[in-house]
Amino acid sequence: MAKTPLQFRHNGRDVALFVDGGTNLLVVLREMLGDVTPKFGCGQGGCGACTVLIDGDAHLSCLTLAEAVEGRAVETLDGIKSGPTLHPLQRAFADGFAAQCGYCTPGMLMAAKALLDKIPQPSREQVVEAISGNICRCTGYEPIINAVLAAAASLRASA
Amino acid sequence: MLELRKDIFADERDDNLNEVGKGTQRQDMLGHVTGTSTYFNDHKLQGMLHLRVVRSTQPHARLRRIDTSEAERSEGVRRVIRGADVPRNLNTLLSLINFGKDDEPTLAVDKVRYRGEPIVAVVAESPRAAAEAAAKVRIDYETLPAVFDVEEALKPGAPVVNETYPKNAFTYHERYDHQKLRFGDVERGFAGADHVLEQRYQMSPIEHAPVETNGSIAAPDTNGRYVVYTSTQALFFSLDTCAKILDLPSNTFHFIGGTVGGGFGGKVDTLTEPLAILAAMLTGRPVRYVLGREEEMQFGPPRGAERIYIKDGVMRDGRIVARQIRGYFDSGAYTRLSSYAVVKCAAHLPGPYTIPNVHGDIYCVYTNRTPATAMRGFGITGMDFALECQMDKLAHLIGMDPMEFRILNAYRDGDMKAHRREAKNTALIECVQVAAEKAKWPIREEFRRMSSRKDGGGARAAVPSTPREPASARPAPAQQRTSYDRRLPISPSSEPPPPQSPAPAPAHGATRFSSVFGTRRR
Repeated sequence: MAKTPLQFRHNGRDVALFVDGGTNLLVVLREMLGDVTPKFGCGQGGCGACTVLIDGDAHLSCLTLAEAVEGRAVETLDGIKSGPTLHPLQRAFADGFAAQCGYCTPGMLMAAKALLDKIPQPSREQVVEAISGNICRCTGYEPIINAVLAAAASLRASA
Repeated sequence: MLELRKDIFADERDDNLNEVGKGTQRQDMLGHVTGTSTYFNDHKLQGMLHLRVVRSTQPHARLRRIDTSEAERSEGVRRVIRGADVPRNLNTLLSLINFGKDDEPTLAVDKVRYRGEPIVAVVAESPRAAAEAAAKVRIDYETLPAVFDVEEALKPGAPVVNETYPKNAFTYHERYDHQKLRFGDVERGFAGADHVLEQRYQMSPIEHAPVETNGSIAAPDTNGRYVVYTSTQALFFSLDTCAKILDLPSNTFHFIGGTVGGGFGGKVDTLTEPLAILAAMLTGRPVRYVLGREEEMQFGPPRGAERIYIKDGVMRDGRIVARQIRGYFDSGAYTRLSSYAVVKCAAHLPGPYTIPNVHGDIYCVYTNRTPATAMRGFGITGMDFALECQMDKLAHLIGMDPMEFRILNAYRDGDMKAHRREAKNTALIECVQVAAEKAKWPIREEFRRMSSRKDGGGARAAVPSTPREPASARPAPAQQRTSYDRRLPISPSSEPPPPQSPAPAPAHGATRFSSVFGTRRR
């Protein structure tokens, strides 16, 4: 099968590889680039565990054809820390007990980051809307919503 | 937020708790928020193959012919696995504790009993190659009549779902088709009651739907061992199950797990490990077998449905004087853990209430539905749904406040429970009082002053005279090995356990049980 060359920016680093036609971005990230922070949950856009940012917008990597990110910037949970320092969202999720099994957490964090990057001081309703495509089966959504709001508050305090 | 009501039972404990009531960080939280917690599927091994299972499209059918020849020739296929390749194809999960008969094949051989049942496994170089080859497996079904309703399944002449249990009910102690609870005389209770209310309840199967689907990766290790990364919730249980199915000593396997992407009971059934390991043994390569979402929903076991009939006798003053319950647990096509859920359910009757006459019959029933399994209090929660609906209806019937009605009937310390253990450390009254307070639900002073520690025991501690029933328990016909799934290993450990008479529990049993909840000083 003919392979297609693909170049994009992965967490600030340029990558180049060859992909089979029909390969989705989740497979490229996990199997080819070894970035296992996006998770497979359903493969059909129903759960949000595979959420990544493409040019700053939240996208489901399981439904994104790899070739569609040619020349674009892809950001995953692996890229949001700055050195050893947690991103305020990561800090808030940890402090607020907003993870139990942890499997939805990478997708939640990326959906939340897409929100805060655009709307630094969201309302509760905007937070709910932003994570409405992400399913959590353990903790319930309240601690997650509270953590996003707490992260927004800490970003404001440090601004 | 978290609130500890230390004012309740304050004299019963030293207030020296170091951890309870304080927020302590999870040890895996940093991994979770950085995406570095390692789930089974985060391992990528050199030369890894991918396993896909061909599943039954029929709820009940004989397998006339399975043709894998085209699949075997398909590009990238390394191995096709059939039931005959599984060393001990037939198993039941609780055989590890000698409970129940082997009734479920890893891969169906002569018959399928639910839609989604595994029949053939295809191992290939890529997920796509495995899927394409799986689509080339030809299966010729001879459709059989199916039964999906628990009560229909128990009627004479119903289709036999699982030949290991030809009457479509799990067999307890080699002879009983259900679990029975008898305490006092419900018929006399109903005769003397002011009102009798009989209701039917039905709950649906519930899928756990963990965000991470079931799966595992097995790889040949050094010294002939196999390393297995798995999503299981029950690591050693799964390991021992694999040892039995693959007929190898358990130290052949090195299971690595513990980081589970949501389980809730749906990852205790050892669904993927036996085939992943077998495929690694047959190919000499690492093999990944992970369920897709559709497979998780169709083949992944749910909490089983329950049908429950409750008949209660109640007095105008609010006392429940008799409670009769018939419950049917839908186990699906195989036993898994439903046999145990039924035992747990029978021990839970009649709920947390002191009722002098209780009568329970609970059945574990086979139907052509996806086998059921554990889920968050299974055996208890479904029954509690029915019991608490019934409590509201009873309160309404006699015109009593539902909170006060529960407080009045709640068990208290020293009361005799229907399964003949003294109630200890009871706290239902206090729970209802606090719930009413939180909900700003007014309850009368006399009910606010009631206590789990007052007015229990005495006459309420007696075991009422319980009429013996005519010897109704005909011995079930001797169970026969099914003519299906013939490739059975015969070994001593697979023999059913000898019949045991349920001996009265030793006194220390009750003490140990209550120690789960801490010892209350009296």
